[in-house]
Amino acid sequence: MTKVAMTVNGKSVSREVEGRTLLVQFLRDDLRLTGTHVGCDTSQCGACVVHVNGEAVKSCTMFAAEAEGASVTTIEAMANEDGSLNTVQQAFQDYHGLQCGFCTPGMVMSATALLKDNPKPTEQEIREYLEGNICRCTGYHNIIKAIMAASGQEIPAIAAE
Amino acid sequence: MYAFDIERPTSLTDAVTALGREEAQALGGGQTLIPALKQRLAAPSVLVSLAGIAEMKGICMNDAGLLCIGGGTTHGTVAKGAVAHYPGLADLAAHIGDPAVRNRGTIGGSLANNDPSACYPAAALASGVTIVTNTRSIAADDFFEGMFTTALEEGEIITEVKFPIPEASCYIKFEQPASRFALVGVFVAKFAEGVRVAVTGASNNGVFRWTAAETALSANFSVGALDGLSVPAQDMIADLHGTAAYRAHLVAVMAKRAVAAAK
Repeated sequence: MTKVAMTVNGKSVSREVEGRTLLVQFLRDDLRLTGTHVGCDTSQCGACVVHVNGEAVKSCTMFAAEAEGASVTTIEAMANEDGSLNTVQQAFQDYHGLQCGFCTPGMVMSATALLKDNPKPTEQEIREYLEGNICRCTGYHNIIKAIMAASGQEIPAIAAE
Repeated sequence: MYAFDIERPTSLTDAVTALGREEAQALGGGQTLIPALKQRLAAPSVLVSLAGIAEMKGICMNDAGLLCIGGGTTHGTVAKGAVAHYPGLADLAAHIGDPAVRNRGTIGGSLANNDPSACYPAAALASGVTIVTNTRSIAADDFFEGMFTTALEEGEIITEVKFPIPEASCYIKFEQPASRFALVGVFVAKFAEGVRVAVTGASNNGVFRWTAAETALSANFSVGALDGLSVPAQDMIADLHGTAAYRAHLVAVMAKRAVAAAK
């Protein structure tokens, strides 16, 4: 077993973990933060995206021990302080950017990481950035619209719609 | 996954010591190794994470005009940090995997693994890099020894990769539609002393230089110089995604597109 200590959503946490414990297992099973989802467990789908030191990573493809000393942010910390949905989350609701909701935590975390680096992305930039996030319900158009709206931009007519 | 211990050295010296343990395995960004461990394709007794070694991270230009990239530098960092110095390399890094993968995967890990469909080996071979390890320097032409095989010794760590910067370059890949790995990828680098062309994804022997194209392009750097040239299909990978002949055809097509777009 290995001792691991990190900050998760602003709180210091410390646990004994196995070397092979994935960050997503640590978050879900040890900390009971089950908002981060495991869709594929093969690094493809992005439902497990969290932020480690401000960068989007797939928490199914990183060991908990590798996050030693890091600051980790999950979907549970995205809402406003009063519990209301934040701008990105609200836009997903407003533009029907989710149906079953399974991919949504990863979508919101990836979208947030994109907007941090690129506050006014084009539709194409959003589509490229979401390459590693798979949604099997919406067909993506409404997710793209939600992210455009969250960035304060006009919602374009999406050609393929 | 089988069980293993994990070590997190913060210096190169400690990492080398840790890798001296029985059945130890280096862990770069883990974007290839962790999926392999999940499939039980590897069973190390101890994983040595290189991610905490600050001296192996970063990008700089040295006095000799080489772009020096630490072995532990992520694709995302190269995509941003190399733009001003070597745009062809930055563009390659910006299209590996997806953004979250690029925030973890490292150049040293990619080169050490030498996946036959990885992008970085094409850049390294076409650029004629020098691969620096904890014990020596290895020329790119001596480094790649076939699919998943390199000149690295047991426990040897890539600490830095030194890129000569070409006058013009471009990497074009044809993505396998499901995995997005390169079905075929071609890196073209035009130097004052000649053109180098490296091909990934296509061959059973891993990344290789297409010398006939290099000769033609060194004489005349234009798309037309490649007319009529082709690589033999017998060494190409054949699988459900494409036949050997298809891959051989794609090599020439990707090379022409790379020449057309080189800058």
